[in-house]
Amino acid sequence: MADYVIETAKGKWEVVVGLEIHCQIISKSKIFSGASTEFGDEPNTNVSLVDAGMPGMLPTLNKECVHQAVKTGLGLNAKINKYSEFSRKNYFYADMPTDYQITQFRYPIVGEGNICVDLSDGSTKNIGIERMHIEQDAGKSIHDLSPTKSFIDLNRAGVGLMEIVTKPDFRSPEEAGAFLRKLRSILRYLGTCDGNMDEGSMRCDVNVSVRPYGSNEFRTRCEMKNVNSVKFVMQAIENEAKRHIEVYENGGKIEQETRQFDPSTGLTKVMRKKEFAHDYRYFPEPDLPPLILTDEYISAVKDEMIELPDAKKQRFISELGLTSYDATVLCENKETADFFEKAAQSHDAKKVANWMMSDFFAMLNKKHLDITQSPVSAENLGALVELITKEIISGKIAKDVFEIMSETGENPEKIVEEKGLKQVTDTSAIEAIIEKVIADNPDNVAAYKNGKTNLAGWFVGQTLKLSQGKANPQIVNKLVKEKLDN
Amino acid sequence: MSDITKLTVCETLKALQNKEISSVELTKAYIENMEKGRHYNAYITECADKALKQAEIADKNYQSGNNRLLEGIPLGIKDLFCTKDIRTTAASHILDNFIPPYESTVTQNLLNDGAVFLGKLNLDEFAMGGSNETSYFGPVVNPWSKDTDLVPGGSSGGSAAAVAANMCAAATGTDTGGSIREPAAFCGCTGIKPTYGRCSRYGIIAFASSLDQAGPIAKDVKDCALLLQSMAGFDEKDSTSCDIAVPDFPNLLNGDVKGLVVGVPKEYRPQGLNDEVASYWDKAAEYLKARGAIIKEISLPHTKYALATYYVLAPAEASSNLARYDGIRYGFRAEGKNLDDLYINTRTSGFGKEVQRRIMIGTYVLSAGYYDAYYLKAQKMRRLIHNDFMEAFKQCDIILTPTSPITAFPIGDESMLENPINMYLNDVFTVSVNLAGLPALSLPIGLSENGLPLGMQLIGKPFDEVTVFNVAAKIEEDAKFERK
Repeated sequence: MADYVIETAKGKWEVVVGLEIHCQIISKSKIFSGASTEFGDEPNTNVSLVDAGMPGMLPTLNKECVHQAVKTGLGLNAKINKYSEFSRKNYFYADMPTDYQITQFRYPIVGEGNICVDLSDGSTKNIGIERMHIEQDAGKSIHDLSPTKSFIDLNRAGVGLMEIVTKPDFRSPEEAGAFLRKLRSILRYLGTCDGNMDEGSMRCDVNVSVRPYGSNEFRTRCEMKNVNSVKFVMQAIENEAKRHIEVYENGGKIEQETRQFDPSTGLTKVMRKKEFAHDYRYFPEPDLPPLILTDEYISAVKDEMIELPDAKKQRFISELGLTSYDATVLCENKETADFFEKAAQSHDAKKVANWMMSDFFAMLNKKHLDITQSPVSAENLGALVELITKEIISGKIAKDVFEIMSETGENPEKIVEEKGLKQVTDTSAIEAIIEKVIADNPDNVAAYKNGKTNLAGWFVGQTLKLSQGKANPQIVNKLVKEKLDN
Repeated sequence: MSDITKLTVCETLKALQNKEISSVELTKAYIENMEKGRHYNAYITECADKALKQAEIADKNYQSGNNRLLEGIPLGIKDLFCTKDIRTTAASHILDNFIPPYESTVTQNLLNDGAVFLGKLNLDEFAMGGSNETSYFGPVVNPWSKDTDLVPGGSSGGSAAAVAANMCAAATGTDTGGSIREPAAFCGCTGIKPTYGRCSRYGIIAFASSLDQAGPIAKDVKDCALLLQSMAGFDEKDSTSCDIAVPDFPNLLNGDVKGLVVGVPKEYRPQGLNDEVASYWDKAAEYLKARGAIIKEISLPHTKYALATYYVLAPAEASSNLARYDGIRYGFRAEGKNLDDLYINTRTSGFGKEVQRRIMIGTYVLSAGYYDAYYLKAQKMRRLIHNDFMEAFKQCDIILTPTSPITAFPIGDESMLENPINMYLNDVFTVSVNLAGLPALSLPIGLSENGLPLGMQLIGKPFDEVTVFNVAAKIEEDAKFERK
């Protein structure tokens, strides 16, 4: 990939970016209580005594969340730490009922790992994972219902989160965007987080600094909190980098601070200066013993692991002959990859891929449907491709059949049968049509014979038209030439 | 029958089983004592009506033969245990209107065994104190007081005073650095802090989570054994409670002490140790020696760091545990013009001075730049103190020490109030046990010259409360301490 260089009148700069991503764990109940994690319920209905921070209440660790975290760690090609422990992060806020967050600090459950991202020019880049730990989410404060009051909804308080911290490996907005898409894809494959940034189940903090192009120093970074879409993350990096460069080029200094990204302008503004940074007073959580995982446990989780997008993509390329681009697109989400595999089963995989990448996705887009809601089933798409491969219908007729399939959900053999769309390969029938075309157009025949040989195409077209598209085009081509040249 | 409130729990159970008395009659007698003893200020909340209803049920169970382990026994509950539908204050203004919709595991266990709850007992605010003087509801008076009102010790001062004054048959307490043992010693009662993890902490208002343990304060050793049997047990709602079977404590009290090695730590006999305390300590050792035990001097070399370690770690955890009392969801709230203001106003007027002092100490020792020097160092020291005991237990089966270097002192004592360190020093013999998570019992050994009870402490190996009870029972038999 060509380097992302920001050039100004004064010099060339590059960005250095690291991400921290909070991912809500998919689990029935919260990480330290038995309350439901259901999203969108009436405020304060999914709140246990523990979540509300009542006196004398104690957290108990939800094993399901640990399982999900280990699965995710394996999906990040990361080291699973057999010893991890919980800590308290102390700060006062109205939607944090105990006024401390139970998180992991010194000893996270997942250590170093990496993710390979696919870039638009077809190249790939490895992004390092620094660590991943598990913790509890806070509730929600609602400030816009009353001019004088704030409201608190504790439904989210205590929902399990995985916080993934990357190494400062990103050198362009595109890399960060590609990473987030890849991460989301992996989490969805694993079923450990639904990855919906707009619903807040995946939230991203972006750390940005810049340096002269080609240098390897690390300059002061600024952190942008809760940037909630891939597009905004890319925009935030671009604009924050520009701001840094401007400050440096005007002889200024960047202060370490927390900034807020404004989606309406794409710009960032100061939220908290370093001197006002919280002192979280982390210390080991005395209410929970250290979390010890055995080798047996970790290997049992490994055994449950399914094929992840990278492995699947490689297999699609090497075994099914797909292009890298098609394989990447088809593997981005598991439902699509599964649909493709089902459709391609014992049919021409490359042709199936072509169909999916073009007419099929276009149809879903047009109908605003998810692949799981597709009126054309995977089996039927495979059958359609088979009809083309076996030359029972032409590619052109196949498009018409597909139209009908996407309206009715019928299987293609039935449609072809009922509508009589089978391709005509019987040469005598085609010859009869050609003879009719020749007989009806003596002028064009004469012109052809006088040297306007490109009129052959016109005769082919007329023949196909008269056959209502059913004549096999290759045979028509061959016979038209034979007839005219005789 | 003469005064049925003077009976031990075990004696009372026998009388109830034999239908010599009824639980209602018994409960009424205790309620009468509570009324007569109001000047002790031992109870924050009395629940006579509720208690009588429970007693009626108990009597029915005796009639039908369905009586349980503690059927009809009237108990006092330290007001740090959350009790369903009964106000639970932690002796703090900040919770003085708090009625929990849930029951702590320990009190639930007692209820399941048929106990009757007379009310909620006074304590130092959030169990922070050694004299019961930090309570928002005022100090408790030691029933052994003569001309001057004396403290009952703390933090379970209400529990010890109520047991001593026969205002309940026995009581629950909690012990973070001596809060069961010191008041038991000051009031001539017996109390045990079991091994950390023996009792569930679920529903007990937390002071310092890694040190807090519930335990009984009662009239004698056997009552403690019986009460603990009911209170203890694994609880999946407390991840620090241990999944270890609870022995039949009261029926395991008949063991022999012959050949048992009793450790006497030399570091607990500093220069200037009160002569009376020292001689009672020797006397206790002699009782055991006469019964065939072997007395052995042992060393717990890091003892001198125990107080400092405790007063770093306990406030550190407390500063975080008490953060939730912020005026947002329950308890006392003082309004403010914004959120920070509300927090400051609520916590400034909701917490007393000692609690505020400990929150500040705890916040300080966890702060960036000080964490390593205080909190981390104290954690390392805690490990060394624990190791001291583990080494010592390679040479002995149980450790004998005094419970407190002093007897009960007057309420409002100048030297204690002007310098909180003087107050903290009273915990010198008790805090190490909490740091090491060990079981320890205090029982009365005799009276000082000025007629005040003195306590002896027995420290056992982890989860070896049986030996602690056994040895305590022998000393009790020989000391012949006369209760009030």
